[in-house]
Amino acid sequence: MVSVRSEQREELLVPSSVKIVVAGGFGVGKTTLVGAVSEITPLRTEELLTEAGTEIDDLAGVEGKNTTTVALDFGRITINPEVVLYLFGTPGQDRFWFMWDELSHGAIGAVVLVDTRRLDSGFGAIDFFERRGIPFVVAVNCFDGSHSYTEDELRHALDVTTNVPLVLCDARDRESCKVVLARVIEHAMSKLDHAAIA
Amino acid sequence: MSSRSSDWWYDEAAGPLVRPYALVSGRTRPTWGRLNLATQVRSIRTSTDPSSLSVEHQEIIRLCRTPLSVAEVAAYLHAPLVVAKVLLSDLIQRGDVITSDPSRLATGPDLNLLQKVLDGVRAI
Repeated sequence: MVSVRSEQREELLVPSSVKIVVAGGFGVGKTTLVGAVSEITPLRTEELLTEAGTEIDDLAGVEGKNTTTVALDFGRITINPEVVLYLFGTPGQDRFWFMWDELSHGAIGAVVLVDTRRLDSGFGAIDFFERRGIPFVVAVNCFDGSHSYTEDELRHALDVTTNVPLVLCDARDRESCKVVLARVIEHAMSKLDHAAIA
Repeated sequence: MSSRSSDWWYDEAAGPLVRPYALVSGRTRPTWGRLNLATQVRSIRTSTDPSSLSVEHQEIIRLCRTPLSVAEVAAYLHAPLVVAKVLLSDLIQRGDVITSDPSRLATGPDLNLLQKVLDGVRAI
């Protein structure tokens, strides 16, 4: 039996939370990556859109619904009793950019997940994080096992300099995704270090 | 409208029977404005009278006996984020729910915290 005093202390503890944003085009494997490392099955929460959003909705089969929802998938990793890390997947469709500001506010950094069939689906996300000075890494999801491009070729195609870490990964593989997250955190730390020196 | 059965919506596909904003009396703006998706919330034992609370408020108090993020509360309630924020801000103002320090999110994590997160990610 734990003493009453420690129970009372326990009751007042509210952990701090940190976030990493997982961005990328529709169907590139964001939720797969989140699920590979999350301690819970990825949860989905929804935000209702105003009518301005529904007018340009082109999703086939849902025309009859009055409201459109933006779905956010996320997972969690309890670092210790005081710190919880959340991984938020961005909505895949470009018209939901306005959600990204809240998602990335105060975030440690971001993963821009791309796959080699549609490298251009990462441009918008790369641009977003560059403009806001949010540390990010580009993770190339090689789920088909094909490593048919060199790092130089990928950097050239994505137009990212060597200042941005680029990692090949398999979004289904826990160890591979841990490496991606570690790179984001290390990159954020190195940017903080540089800021302290400058 | 077509009457083909494949066009009919059943159960969750049909949407909630109570419109989401009815839960918050049409309010779309939380009265306590510092709730981010990742803000941690936790219910504490208080002597306030629960009888004036809605079922959803009471559900949140039950959910948050262990600390959760705003996003988790919304997901477990099956409610849109803004609805969860409005209900949570009611409870914060009553003193039934407390939150993590919001200034931390504003300033961003420091090196010490990042090192802890890095160690934690490597250890999973």
